[in-house]
Amino acid sequence: MLDVSRIREDFLILKRKINGKPLVYLDNAATAQKPRQVIGAIVDYYEQHNANVHRGIHSLGDEATRLYAEARQVVAEFIGAKDSRELVFVRNTTEGINLVAYSWGMANVRRGDVVVTTEMEHHSNLVPWQELAKRVGARVEYVAVNESGEVDMEDLEKKLELKPKLIAVTQVSNFLGTINPIEGVVKRVKISKRKDVKILVDGAQAVPHMPVNVSDLGVDFYAFSGHKMYGPMGIGGLWVKREILEEMAPFMTGGGMISEVHKTGTIFTDLPDRFDAGTPNVEGAVGLAVAVEYLERLGMSQVREHEMELTELTINELGKLSGVRIWGPKEASKRGGLVAFSVEKVHGHDVAQVLDSQGIAVRSGHHCTMPMHEKLGLAATVRASFGVYNTEEDVSRLIRGLEKVREVFKL
Amino acid sequence: MDGIYRDHIIDHYQNPRNFGPPPLKLREGELVIKVSEANSSCGDMLELFLVVRGKGARVVDVGFQGLGCAISTAAGSLLTEAILGKTINEVKKFSEEDMMALLGIEVSPTRMKCATLPLRALQKALRLRSG
Repeated sequence: MLDVSRIREDFLILKRKINGKPLVYLDNAATAQKPRQVIGAIVDYYEQHNANVHRGIHSLGDEATRLYAEARQVVAEFIGAKDSRELVFVRNTTEGINLVAYSWGMANVRRGDVVVTTEMEHHSNLVPWQELAKRVGARVEYVAVNESGEVDMEDLEKKLELKPKLIAVTQVSNFLGTINPIEGVVKRVKISKRKDVKILVDGAQAVPHMPVNVSDLGVDFYAFSGHKMYGPMGIGGLWVKREILEEMAPFMTGGGMISEVHKTGTIFTDLPDRFDAGTPNVEGAVGLAVAVEYLERLGMSQVREHEMELTELTINELGKLSGVRIWGPKEASKRGGLVAFSVEKVHGHDVAQVLDSQGIAVRSGHHCTMPMHEKLGLAATVRASFGVYNTEEDVSRLIRGLEKVREVFKL
Repeated sequence: MDGIYRDHIIDHYQNPRNFGPPPLKLREGELVIKVSEANSSCGDMLELFLVVRGKGARVVDVGFQGLGCAISTAAGSLLTEAILGKTINEVKKFSEEDMMALLGIEVSPTRMKCATLPLRALQKALRLRSG
């Protein structure tokens, strides 16, 4: 069990009042709040250790370089990487996926090839593949999502017959909440005996909320964002299986990623610096490592259990309201800590606006999943998503807020 | 913030005037302009139809449709009511301030995009006609 009241003491923003009411923050799938430990680590970095990394011979430079390397080690271990050199620091999940599309994709996906993704993907795991396909003359195929909001595994098998170069799939849907069986995807790829099919996982909604071990998953690429896991904005990770990353050309070039530069050409440096062109986000890496340590202290299994309980409570309570429809799997065990829903006869933005007047922050819109909304015939939905500091009282406030919505719209 | 969901907004949202396309059959000398405009921040789409007639180019019929929020739907309802029967030259003078005055509420910057969606569609239609 998480000691939520103690956790809440670490997040000063939760003491804020919004429109005169205590804040209920239920937009964690968009970004999580930051504990004072993370904020403090960033301040400490700038007040005590700031210097550029890998350059110059002076003590501060050495300290900053060491802190940056240690941060990579901490984050790599947290996601189960066997070697910290497999972890590339990026700005966010989107940049991680773009890195794969540009660096690996441009070199390996050719005219006529197929890249497979799913209908439930966030635009960040969809648009880069459309763009890659356009550039090289390949095509994108979408695995269907069934009525219960899960990836249709039979359709996946059909798509495998197209001999795709890559399968790009999210571990947890940011709209439906579905936890996809990544092991099942890997198994089907193995059975199909297509060893050259690479698997990329969008872990943005998984890493902050459940234990993740990229090595055990058996995938090739895994991208995630730091800011959704209580770290600062502008830092995230892309994990790539060592032998693939070794062969990948740098996504960006310039200073810090070379071993020799001559007028006639350049020799790139080894991993992981090869993917660190320019001055990196040291502050972000340091902050992210502290966020990881924070999560480790709580225990990811406990985090998962806590958020699953809140999800279950939310599904049950929403189910009692008339005119509310929940999207995605009905069982909390099959979903991450988020619930998207519609209120009959009220647009998502209006629901969110009335909730905001009650101090409750939720997300409304298509959540960057337009194809999935289109398939369900939806323009906009409302999403409540949980973090370690949310309470049962937050769920009650949400439900009372929805009663207010009904009142305002005279339903 | 509760202030934006006044009775008249809810009424125009739940019973939008001029909702749906005008009759397909046009009379002689009538011209129909159809445009669609999207709200990039939420993906909402609104279609606007103007039927203009005669030398004075008077708006003799008007309609709009789309899946929108209370604010954009009420704005579409109020705007179409306001321009019906006016000439294109009169309609051209219709400004954002006029739109906000019709709505009679104050909205946050994000919701301004909802409040002005029908007006942006109207301005697009007018550009189409003159272009």
